[in-house]
Amino acid sequence: MSFSWARPYEPKHPVMRWLDERLPLPRLVYGAIGGGYPVPRNLNYLWNFGVLAGIFLTIQIVTGIVLAMHYFATTDGAFNSVNQLIMRDVSAGWLLRYAHMNGASFFFIVTYIHIFRGLYYGSYKAPRELVWMLGLVIYLLMMATAFMGYVLPWGQMSYWGAQVITGFFSAFPLIGEPMRVWLLGGYAPDQAALTRFFSLHYLLPFVIAGVVILHIWALHIPGSGNPTGVDVKEERDTLPFHPFYTAKDGWFAAFVLLVYAIVTYFAPDYLGHPDNYIPANPLATPAHIVPEWYFWPFYAILRSFTIDFILPAKLWGVLAMFGSILLLFFLPWLDKSPVRSGAYRPVFKRFFWLLVIDVVILGYVGGAPLNWWRTALGQLASAYYFVHFLVILPLVSAFETPDPLPSSISSSVLHGEEAEAAPAGQAKPRGGSVATAG
Amino acid sequence: MATQSAEDSTTAGHEADGVRRRDFLNVAAVSFAGVGTVAALAPLLVQMSPSADVLALATTEIDISKVQPGQGIKTQWRKQPVFVRNLTPKEIAEADAASMGDLRDPETLAQRTKPGHKNWLITLGVCTHLGCVPLGIGDGENKGPYGGYFCPCHGSMYDTAARIRQGPAPKNLMVPDYKFLSPTTVQIG
Repeated sequence: MSFSWARPYEPKHPVMRWLDERLPLPRLVYGAIGGGYPVPRNLNYLWNFGVLAGIFLTIQIVTGIVLAMHYFATTDGAFNSVNQLIMRDVSAGWLLRYAHMNGASFFFIVTYIHIFRGLYYGSYKAPRELVWMLGLVIYLLMMATAFMGYVLPWGQMSYWGAQVITGFFSAFPLIGEPMRVWLLGGYAPDQAALTRFFSLHYLLPFVIAGVVILHIWALHIPGSGNPTGVDVKEERDTLPFHPFYTAKDGWFAAFVLLVYAIVTYFAPDYLGHPDNYIPANPLATPAHIVPEWYFWPFYAILRSFTIDFILPAKLWGVLAMFGSILLLFFLPWLDKSPVRSGAYRPVFKRFFWLLVIDVVILGYVGGAPLNWWRTALGQLASAYYFVHFLVILPLVSAFETPDPLPSSISSSVLHGEEAEAAPAGQAKPRGGSVATAG
Repeated sequence: MATQSAEDSTTAGHEADGVRRRDFLNVAAVSFAGVGTVAALAPLLVQMSPSADVLALATTEIDISKVQPGQGIKTQWRKQPVFVRNLTPKEIAEADAASMGDLRDPETLAQRTKPGHKNWLITLGVCTHLGCVPLGIGDGENKGPYGGYFCPCHGSMYDTAARIRQGPAPKNLMVPDYKFLSPTTVQIG
């Protein structure tokens, strides 16, 4: 599970020794996120976002459990329990609610950076395919949890979001409509739907926590990747996770939490939608209905099908939207380049940034009201999304000539520092690795 | 068969080959437990279906005597909005003028209304795309370029017979089962 030079766990205190012989939990933690886990020494700040995602999951679970103590999952009571009871009456309720609301957004922000880190540095490639796929499972669970959580305040956007998203299922022929009615427990979102969404919204974060453990477990078999994409070869390529990366993750977490606090205190509704402060009305749809910002790119893909082609346009939209995520499960086999890191792939790198721009455009189109040119732009951007993964990536990995890789992680970071450290004229270059250092 | 294969066997230990009584018992026990588990899942699945009180809201009576030509009302059936519209002769003519070839879901206005009540267009107010409530039933709302309904969510446009003309929706607005109890009363469901 780890490199041969990983520090063994040696409890010093008799109580810890006693515990280790009976339940080696501290040993597990030491090997997973302590001094016993050797990590490549060259990680950049993009490698901080996995830990940050874990921190935001914890914040969501803690604030969520507390909010559930004051929330009523009834169609009559839900809106007031959030906007009257929690926001005004419960002591510090406003803070907990805003922390939970913005915590969801920050959870998605750090997760998106984490995902794009993986896309750029080829973190999905062998031997880490399952780490990537488990990560996608977590992402899908996050989307389901976030959607159901957004329904709970039972405002206009909650209600119509529930109506539209459960409507996806009605796109499937024959079984679609019965399935939608079964999921909602009625013909439209109502008490039955609200209660079951609350139940699942409480459950799924713990399922996410379980899959996170599998994600980390699978990661720790080969160990963390690194910006060069070169495998760890020897002890000087790595540093123990504690104290080196706990310190780096620690200060950076404090910095991100500061940004989170600023948004939560000074712009708590900036990322939300004002229509959700209107109680749900089943007879009137808001003029401009949009999901939360983190779903906008997918919403743009959904809306980009306007013409029937063999299948109805509606079914195409739903299939494309689900397909845009399911496609990522096949990424390890679509990108066959043996070079992991985008830093050494000149052509791939350009297309990567094109993809980032494409997803930003999709996000913009998905969040803005429809008109003819936004529809056209959304169609173009949706098409590029699929072309990128299904055509460009396989072709690039077949034809690209990658830049020369460093011979090892340590040689990529230690640019002749050994020579500098030696007295003048006595530097002893180590054969091979220094010469090829990039 | 079992005896045959046991005799043909060259391996030592005749217990290891063929179908034994224990194999039968294993298959029977696991099958029994499997059927039992599936049976136990049934209540966990059916509890999600609409309950009797939701299904009981299946019929609604509406009074249409106050709806003037060109006006419409919005009411509720099974917790879903229903549009009742009194079409003007011009709107009826527009609906009849559309050629079937231009329609995504071809139906005539006559097929979508009751005989003798061609001016009463009664449909669900649920866009067949993803279930939003289209605009166009209330005074001053955007009726879209075809003079019927316009869905603000994803831009589906319906004509004066509430048939889909443009946008992502696959079907015309659904006509629920209904009957005229009297010239001014309609029962839906």
